[in-house]
Amino acid sequence: MGYSDQKLSEEKVFKDPVHRYVHVRDKVIWDLIGTKEFQRLRRIKQLGTTFLTFHGAEHSRFNHSLGVYEIVRRIVDDVFRDREDWNKELRLLTLCAALLHDLGHGPFSHSFEKVFDFDHEAFTQQIILGDTEVNKVLRRVDPSFPKEVAEIIGKTSEHKLVISLISSQIDADRMDYLQRDAYYTGVSYGHFDMERILRVMRPREDFVVIKKSGMHAVEDYIMSRYQMYWQIYFHPVTRSAEVILTKILHRAKDLYHQSYKFKHEPVHFHSSFNNKMSLGDFLKLDEAIILFYFQMWQEEDDPILSDLCNRFVNRNLFKYVEFDPAKEYKKTAELADLFLQAGIDPDYYLVVDSSSDLPYDFYRPGEEEERLPIYLLMESGEIRELSRESEIVDAISGKRRTDHKLYFPLDLLKDHSANRAVKERICALLEI
Amino acid sequence: MLKDHAKLLQVFLSAGEIIGRKKLQKMIYIAKKLSFPFQERFQFHFYGPYSEELTLRVEELCNMGFLQEEMEQKGGYHQYRYALTPAGREFLAVNKVDMPCLDECFIDMNGQSARFLELVSTVLYFNSLSKEEVAEKVFTLKSKQNYTLEELDEAYQYIEKLKTKTQTKAP
Repeated sequence: MGYSDQKLSEEKVFKDPVHRYVHVRDKVIWDLIGTKEFQRLRRIKQLGTTFLTFHGAEHSRFNHSLGVYEIVRRIVDDVFRDREDWNKELRLLTLCAALLHDLGHGPFSHSFEKVFDFDHEAFTQQIILGDTEVNKVLRRVDPSFPKEVAEIIGKTSEHKLVISLISSQIDADRMDYLQRDAYYTGVSYGHFDMERILRVMRPREDFVVIKKSGMHAVEDYIMSRYQMYWQIYFHPVTRSAEVILTKILHRAKDLYHQSYKFKHEPVHFHSSFNNKMSLGDFLKLDEAIILFYFQMWQEEDDPILSDLCNRFVNRNLFKYVEFDPAKEYKKTAELADLFLQAGIDPDYYLVVDSSSDLPYDFYRPGEEEERLPIYLLMESGEIRELSRESEIVDAISGKRRTDHKLYFPLDLLKDHSANRAVKERICALLEI
Repeated sequence: MLKDHAKLLQVFLSAGEIIGRKKLQKMIYIAKKLSFPFQERFQFHFYGPYSEELTLRVEELCNMGFLQEEMEQKGGYHQYRYALTPAGREFLAVNKVDMPCLDECFIDMNGQSARFLELVSTVLYFNSLSKEEVAEKVFTLKSKQNYTLEELDEAYQYIEKLKTKTQTKAP
């Protein structure tokens, strides 16, 4: 029996609060979970800075990756097994891609990617294809297997049906994170009947379709996505923490390039600051390392870096007001000028945050071939796009709600020990 | 502040009306690959490089009243047309964008079909591969588009033409 077919002598199970149990029988999957690159995901939080708003949100990308694997395992072993359009030989490839799909995520990856201009998907590819423990496990299956897995995750494989299980508008990734994020944040919005959705999924040549009888379960899933976006992912307090985190990284990078002498030299950041992040350096980064620096940088002489770190570590976040760019964009220039007069650097302390800065996506009907939509399989055998059949989905995938907020440090503006008149003018402009 | 929104508006000031969401997506992706400083991140999707951030930003610009979106029925599907509004022009007058060579590149791209730009963007997405490997990817992943080898050659020539445009006026 080849390595790809080897089973564990006894099934291993991980107790999981969302799926009850995650089942592992394949030796390859068990070996991948044991690699250091996969174990590293335990040290990366799934929701980044959300724990500062919802204190339960401490779950990791390790939890989520196992959850995605488990959903896909149920689909290929239970729902798709023996179905005409499903190629059983793709089973292991599908499971490996599901397990490893988030492997390249770094600590607070959204902010990191913005500031240092790198892409977690590229690191996922490098980890799978490079000199790593994950690569060694995959190569034992077949020398070409790492490339096949990487192409599924990169969405450039010819096996489009497999891609759509892991990354489409109704995929295992979203079905896991919506339920998991709802569970750990403690909110009641993210719940939907996943078992029902899995039961009505049918494989087609290039994508999955949903039997029309399961439409209401899918509506519930789409509503969950919508509500979770506005209630959790785009929560204004979480966004405030994200704004500060981004500004810390910007400040540290700027100081490094100004040859500032750090009391606590940021050795783990050097390659990021120089835009030359190697795979080895990347794998050393995790949230414990980043938070260590933030802790130490509170003692730096640079007042901006120390203040921003203090705010993040001790949760003294920026306050915000609603901002309408169409009517108020001229006001930002005036505010920036007043901030300078007040001795507060607007580059770090006055920030517009827009909904497009956080692209957790809504359902899109895929007009003009932007994205593959969700297709319903009608009783006649015809397939129809979801929003054409569902009034609920049509309503929330029509005109889009967008949002902008203006963030600022209220405590500094209310400190009238210096520049009182200017600060009062700022507060008047902000209507606070 | 709102610099990324201003950069997108500048595209419409340069190119005029852009017809089709797919075309807009591919134009921005190609420009980004030619080193124009657009910040929107793209991933490979079913129909090629696609950016959710770009889609959201365009929706924001429409909601702000800086871009006008018009939907038209085209047989069995909808098509969207985008144009800068007077309010958008006013915003750009206050938030100036300096991107040399933007006009020439975008006017040229806007004259191409969405289908061809999809091919060009796919070629650019796989630019680390050899031409033979790119051809294999295009014919496998885009089999329903029925691209020919001649079109693939045209795409490579077009990329070189755009690169020349960006270099001639580079500071």
